[in-house]
Amino acid sequence: MPVKEKEKALPEVVREARHPLEKWLRTDRLPHIWCSGCGLGTALSALLYAFENLGWDPDSIAVVSGIGCAGRVAGYLKLDTYHTTHGRAIPFATGLKLAKPDLHVIVFSGDGDLFAIGGNHFIHAARRNMDIAVICVNNFNYGMTGGQLGPTTPVGARTTTSPFGNFEHPFNLVHLAASAGATYVARCTTLDGRRLEKAFVEALSHKGFTFVEVLSPCPTNYGRRNRLGEALDELRYYQEHMIIRHGADPKDADIVPGKPFLVGKFVDIEKPTYLELYQEKVRELGGG
Amino acid sequence: MSTPITRRASPILSGVHFMNGDEAIAEGAIAAGCRFFAAYPITPQSEIAERLSWRLPRVGGMFIQMEDEIAAIAAILGASWAGMKSMTATSGPGFSLMMENLGLAVMTETPCVIVNVQRGAPSTGLPTLVAQGDMMQARWGSHGHYEIIALCPASPQEAFDLTVKAFALSERFRVPVLIMTDEVVGHMYERVEIPPEVPEAPRRKPKVPPEEFLPYKPEPDLVPPMACAGEGYRVHVTGLTHDERGYPDMSPEAHDRLVRRLVDKVRLFPHEYTFYEEVQLEDAEIAVVSYGISARVSLGGIELARKAGIKAGLFRLITAWPFPDEAIFRLAQRVKGIVVVELNLGQMSREVERAVRGRVPVHGVFHAGGRIHTPEEVFQGIEEVYRQCR
Ligand SMILES: Cc1ncc(C[n+]2csc(CCOP(=O)(O)OP(=O)(O)O)c2C)c(N)n1
Ligand code: SF4
Ligand SMILES: [Mg+2]
Repeated sequence: MPVKEKEKALPEVVREARHPLEKWLRTDRLPHIWCSGCGLGTALSALLYAFENLGWDPDSIAVVSGIGCAGRVAGYLKLDTYHTTHGRAIPFATGLKLAKPDLHVIVFSGDGDLFAIGGNHFIHAARRNMDIAVICVNNFNYGMTGGQLGPTTPVGARTTTSPFGNFEHPFNLVHLAASAGATYVARCTTLDGRRLEKAFVEALSHKGFTFVEVLSPCPTNYGRRNRLGEALDELRYYQEHMIIRHGADPKDADIVPGKPFLVGKFVDIEKPTYLELYQEKVRELGGG
Repeated sequence: MSTPITRRASPILSGVHFMNGDEAIAEGAIAAGCRFFAAYPITPQSEIAERLSWRLPRVGGMFIQMEDEIAAIAAILGASWAGMKSMTATSGPGFSLMMENLGLAVMTETPCVIVNVQRGAPSTGLPTLVAQGDMMQARWGSHGHYEIIALCPASPQEAFDLTVKAFALSERFRVPVLIMTDEVVGHMYERVEIPPEVPEAPRRKPKVPPEEFLPYKPEPDLVPPMACAGEGYRVHVTGLTHDERGYPDMSPEAHDRLVRRLVDKVRLFPHEYTFYEEVQLEDAEIAVVSYGISARVSLGGIELARKAGIKAGLFRLITAWPFPDEAIFRLAQRVKGIVVVELNLGQMSREVERAVRGRVPVHGVFHAGGRIHTPEEVFQGIEEVYRQCR
């Protein structure tokens, strides 16, 4: 039943009650395009709770996405949102941030977008300590284009372009982010909305380049081809295999199918950002 | 002597200077109000980036050297959406990398200026030597059907002037404007006079409150006002085909409507961006059509022709794109033959042929680049057409 009809069928009290997070959303764009059981909705609502929690003026937040299922998040947020080109959300966000330092700039995108085609931008923004928060929804494949292998697909996993199992070694994203210079690095799953929200709050309010990896089911593509069952089975898998450990060495955070994997906060440090170093010099030169 | 840069009150480097085309572009940008520059080093563009890395922090602007040209153009689009006038500069290899996001700029109607100091190509080609082989890429390099504006300076002074103009046009039309210069103009030193004041081109702002604002609803001249990040309008900006709300709309009707508007908003106003120069055309029988450094060399060939008794003159394209069809057609009605001089094997010459509609013979004097033409080569071309049309 289309959403509008469904709404009509509800008793009036229910129809009148608006969802508390609705003010963050472009409700005229709903329903969203994501499959049922997809983790993206959970990741999005955790982000909205984080916004509520932070109490920021919505006009001070800009969200930038690349292309992919995760990249569609920007389009549902009632904020200044930019749906850019595949892989280029980070440099676009860099321009936004540098040109308007008061903005809170958040990049929300997928594993393929941020780490295959956009991998170079990720490591350089981290190295510069560009003051942006990057959220990656890692579903271990390219959801939007029908489930091809990506830079986080585990060895042996089946995708539409690895019919005999993947021959490539995947990135350990938290290790990559930490090595490249990110000042805050966390990993969560969509199983745990509260932890996710907390990680988002921390990442968004932390100065400098921050990174949250969100492990998320893609039942339509990755889940189906690797016989992981329904979305719920994938979440159950997370529950059974994840080990919550803060301050663990990012090197130990590899994700191998069937083996336990680490979640938690890996990095939480302070260092000067690009903007701080730049602005200090501008003031000295009398240009500010 | 002019006042040193460090002791000036105004960001504009007014006065008379001896500078090269690259430096003039950098100063033109600052004079126009550009306060954001992102680029990746490449010869023969590096002088632009180097100068701006030193100038922008002094005027409260932002300079960043990105990890590649894809990042550079993405960053200037972000900065433009944060409300700044922004620019990037490159040469052929980097220009190729920028093509996808040039399309994003067109689709999202993002004002920005992109400089290409052309060098010998394809591929790495001739890193330090001149060519004009990217002219068609400037027109059609990104996928899809679109319209941009491209200007071709022939001297450092004009490099300054056209950079200022490029910013004004990019704000007026909300399109990327390309400065298609070349290695010789970029590196040649000449007198450049910078005026005391340069009026800053305004950005078109919403005239209604956020609740009523439709970010892609055009004004009568087909250009919509632009609400930037943090201004309270909460716009969604996407490279997907979109409706007036900025929301994705995948219908063929929406697509046709949008692409037509993006093209028409530029095409319908040629008088605002069509610039050319005519030299000795009053009595000319043969017209040389050229641009950038090749146009200056052509003047030598025209002089030789006149000495040999052939009345020749120059039509110098300042605006390469949109191509000045009308002006070229009128030219074809005044002369007996046309010679096109360019540092490629025939790019703008195709446009000239098209615009001439078979009225007069069109002859190309081409060189793939690495050096400029000699006046003699231009003269030979003039002579050949002259013989043909007698
Ligand atoms: C330059 C370019 N190449 C390829 C594509 C096609 N494409 C769109 S989304 C995508 C992959 C997205 O994967 P990911 O970032 O993991 O997002 P997901 O859909 O899994 O959330 C690809 C390859 C494109 N849009 N642009
Ligand atoms: S394809 Fe996968 S990632 Fe995309 S919406 Fe469906 S479940 Fe989610
Ligand atoms: Mg993915």
